[in-house]
Amino acid sequence: MSRAATRKKKRLYIALLGLISLGTATALVLTAFEDNLVFFYSPTDIAEKGLTPEQYVRIGGLVEEGSVRQLGDSRIAFRVTDMAHSIPVTYTGILPDLFREGQGVVAQGSIGDDGATFVAREVLARHDENYMPAEVAEALKASGEWRPESGQPPPR
Amino acid sequence: MSRAATTVGESRSLHRFANPARFVRIADAVYPWALAGMAVSFLIGLYLALFASPADYQQGDTVRIMYVHVPAAWMALFVYATMAAGSASYLIWRHPLGVVAAKAAAPVGAVFTFLALATGSLWGKPMWGTWWVWDARLTSVLILFFLYLGYIALMNAFENAERGQKAASLLCLVGVVNLPIIKFSVDWWNTLHQPASVSRIGTPAIHESMLWPLGLMALAFTLYFLVVLITRMKSELLGARLRALGAAAAEGR
Amino acid sequence: MDGLLSFLDMGGYAAFVWPCFALAAVLMTWVFVGSHRELKQRERRMAQLRALSPRRRRGDAGEETAS
Repeated sequence: MSRAATRKKKRLYIALLGLISLGTATALVLTAFEDNLVFFYSPTDIAEKGLTPEQYVRIGGLVEEGSVRQLGDSRIAFRVTDMAHSIPVTYTGILPDLFREGQGVVAQGSIGDDGATFVAREVLARHDENYMPAEVAEALKASGEWRPESGQPPPR
Repeated sequence: MSRAATTVGESRSLHRFANPARFVRIADAVYPWALAGMAVSFLIGLYLALFASPADYQQGDTVRIMYVHVPAAWMALFVYATMAAGSASYLIWRHPLGVVAAKAAAPVGAVFTFLALATGSLWGKPMWGTWWVWDARLTSVLILFFLYLGYIALMNAFENAERGQKAASLLCLVGVVNLPIIKFSVDWWNTLHQPASVSRIGTPAIHESMLWPLGLMALAFTLYFLVVLITRMKSELLGARLRALGAAAAEGR
Repeated sequence: MDGLLSFLDMGGYAAFVWPCFALAAVLMTWVFVGSHRELKQRERRMAQLRALSPRRRRGDAGEETAS
């Protein structure tokens, strides 16, 4: 009886030890591959790192208010900002429905020949974690209580 | 398989069978309530989700996908956690019901995970502009799906049932590290998927009118899991006894 | 009628919203029905086996009353 109890205790310790070491190993691996797990770079990351025309990357941030310009032939230009830095982007193609000024965006492409403009081959919209009916959003905007903590400007 | 048949005569095995018998008694008492609760919460939840809740100010009517997608994703994690608890109790304390519960839950969890992935894809196309991206959240959920499939495959891969149970339970425990990765992937790394809305510190970021249908659908999914789990566990226990009886009959002849 | 059409249209997102609900309904019904059918089948087989062998072991009888 007591031998069975000891064996159970032993198995419990082995399981706990195994889980702890597995967790530690996973954490180490994930930290080591951090760069590969990042889905996009912010304009600040790009400003620090710099980009060469060969690098095919994703940049993400908000579409800067008032920066969207139609260049004709479904070609548009806008700026991606993280409130600290911003990058000018051009894109030719169909935009997702959620693409609008003040909303999140992820653009995939590389820096153009001029070394400053990001030429996007794919543009994805990114939405925030807020869900509400339109009337509530209007009311929040009207009363000036637009979620100041999220640091995000009101849409449109 | 034959293990159950050969140990039937031992006194310890009677003790072992006592627990499943008690489980069946409790399960039979819980079942009708869970079934009724499931039906009611599905009815009200679906009514709210499809008719009586507003469209989102940004995402329009696609927000209704949330009422399937989010409960399915929660259940994908919850079912796996349940399986891990069962596997641990089986591996450490040799509790026979642990592995029965985990085995019964696995296909249900796999279906929930598949639903979360598929509805997420159908939501991502119109809103994000893509069916799929390899960001940390989506990739880690795909890994969860493969963990479910791997568990089911391992469970059935061995001639010796007990060996399959041990191997699959071990895989299930190892896969537990994926759960916090899924949960926190949106906070630890840049992802296309947005951060959590409901479990956000402070108030949830979902308006009340949308939180109700979400909560009811989540309740409905949970009760659905309970109902199906009870059914599958009873079926699993019966199946084991049928095999044992069949083996005993074959030996007797 | 107009209300129904606009409801079915889902603000133009019908092609994305309805497949989600349909897929969930089909898969969850499939698992639900399949699990219950398997249990019923096994219960029937157990009853058949019982009817065939008049001599029962005590352990089996005890469990039968529980299920």
